[in-house]
Amino acid sequence: MKSEIDLIKRIEAYYYQEMAAEEVIAFEAERKADADLDRKVIAHLDFLKTLKSFGDVQALRLAMNRFHDELDVQSLVDEYKEVPTLLSVLWAKYRKNLAVAATVAIFATLITLFSTGQFNADEHGSNYSELKRDMENIKRSQTDLIKNINTSKQTKDIIQYSGTGFALSSNGYLVTNYHVIKDADSVYVQNNKGESFKVETLYIDPEFDIAVLHINDGNFKDLAAVPYTFKKTNSDLGEDVYTIGYPKDDVVYGKGYLSSFTGFGGDSIAYQISIPVNPGNSGGPLMDARGNVIGVVSGKQTQADGAAFAVKSGFLLKAINSISQDSLKQKIIINKKNTLAGLNRTQQIKKMQDYIFMVKVYN
Amino acid sequence: MSKKIKHSIPTDNEIILGVLNNSSSTLQYLYKAYYPMILQLIINNSGTEHDAKDIYQESIIILHDKIKSGDFELTSKLKTFIYSVCRRLWLKKLSHKSRFSEDIKDYEDHFEVESDLAHHEEKDQQFLLMSDALSQLGEPCKTIIEDFYIHGKSMQLICEKFGYTNSDNAKTQKYKCLQRLKKLFFNLK
Repeated sequence: MKSEIDLIKRIEAYYYQEMAAEEVIAFEAERKADADLDRKVIAHLDFLKTLKSFGDVQALRLAMNRFHDELDVQSLVDEYKEVPTLLSVLWAKYRKNLAVAATVAIFATLITLFSTGQFNADEHGSNYSELKRDMENIKRSQTDLIKNINTSKQTKDIIQYSGTGFALSSNGYLVTNYHVIKDADSVYVQNNKGESFKVETLYIDPEFDIAVLHINDGNFKDLAAVPYTFKKTNSDLGEDVYTIGYPKDDVVYGKGYLSSFTGFGGDSIAYQISIPVNPGNSGGPLMDARGNVIGVVSGKQTQADGAAFAVKSGFLLKAINSISQDSLKQKIIINKKNTLAGLNRTQQIKKMQDYIFMVKVYN
Repeated sequence: MSKKIKHSIPTDNEIILGVLNNSSSTLQYLYKAYYPMILQLIINNSGTEHDAKDIYQESIIILHDKIKSGDFELTSKLKTFIYSVCRRLWLKKLSHKSRFSEDIKDYEDHFEVESDLAHHEEKDQQFLLMSDALSQLGEPCKTIIEDFYIHGKSMQLICEKFGYTNSDNAKTQKYKCLQRLKKLFFNLK
């Protein structure tokens, strides 16, 4: 105890330079020789330093408090405090309630959906997305109703398609779908009696999927007056419609109704019809109950039931009107007199049969 | 006219010189110049003006210490230094309060001041110990120690103040007091 105080005395005498010169030399020599002593000296001096700076900081704090008292803190607070808007106050206040309410709402929705089986109806969901993704595919799957009648082995290299066509006028003008005769080398039409005539393609309109053919064959005799007329205006939803075509070698009748004003993918050129059609029906007339042609059957959607399409007769007429009549040997006279209107369905079909042809395509 | 006003505002270098020379007016200027900035920072980040005062004084102590220790190089504006220190201190305090660290709404540029703060924290710890040790020391030891070692009063003055008959007695008393303080300080540690 005593020695420690003596040591402090010596250190401070040394530190405050109150030592005699020879004493300083002796003290320094002692420190050098005794590492323990040296450590104690350093620790003590450190301690004094800490004590001093402690005092300094306290003085600084006092001074700062004095300066602080001179400040008008309240007015500074008023100046710098950002007043939150009413909305943010409400948000801060009701944030939690809102979160709870939202959670409850979400759960309620999920539970409702689950219990009503909305989640289980995944066929609906997956089909829907497929439709979106595979637009191209579906477009392709809007099967062109051309029948591939790859009949025999030796004609394998000659790919044959067939479709349906019907008379525009009695002097040998026919209409079918553009896609039926597209890429064709030669086109023939065959009537219900089995007689074939060579035709030439007079006009095509890929946009409306319309092609006008002309029978260019010496064996062909002009038909009797065309019994049906072409409707210029749109037909009504739910209207009874029927078609006659050649999905096989014999003529086939199909009956249905008009189900939508737009065709595939909202295409306004065509109607959607609910009617059984098959490859080979393309180009056939779509008739209403009074014997008016209201469209040209053009295709169907494979992935939806009962969705077939027909180009509206208005567009057919438009296409015909854009044919320059001067370039034709014989004029196309569109029939204006309907002789089917009063007849019942079987009689209508009987009368129409002669005007509907199978279109055979060789390429 | 504008020149005069400019002249009346001390530059950063002048403030540093003033602090080094213990100029009270410089310190006063410094204190009042940047308090509003820190007040704005704290009260708009869920603090009170008392928090602002504590944090701000802390930062001034750090700055003061840094200048006094002589290793202060003016690499940024004093303003930026103070703002950065206060920002860091306040973030620390906020993260103590709530367990997740919150985003802070900033008003000024700032940079990393981690090393300065680490040094300061260590010192602060010692100061706390010293404060405790001094208060446990009791009178008259406390005053003698403060007078001599902090305020640098001469032994003569202390002798008279406490009525010691000779300065040797006073000195012995002082050493005894210092020894006790050391013991308290290191025991607390």
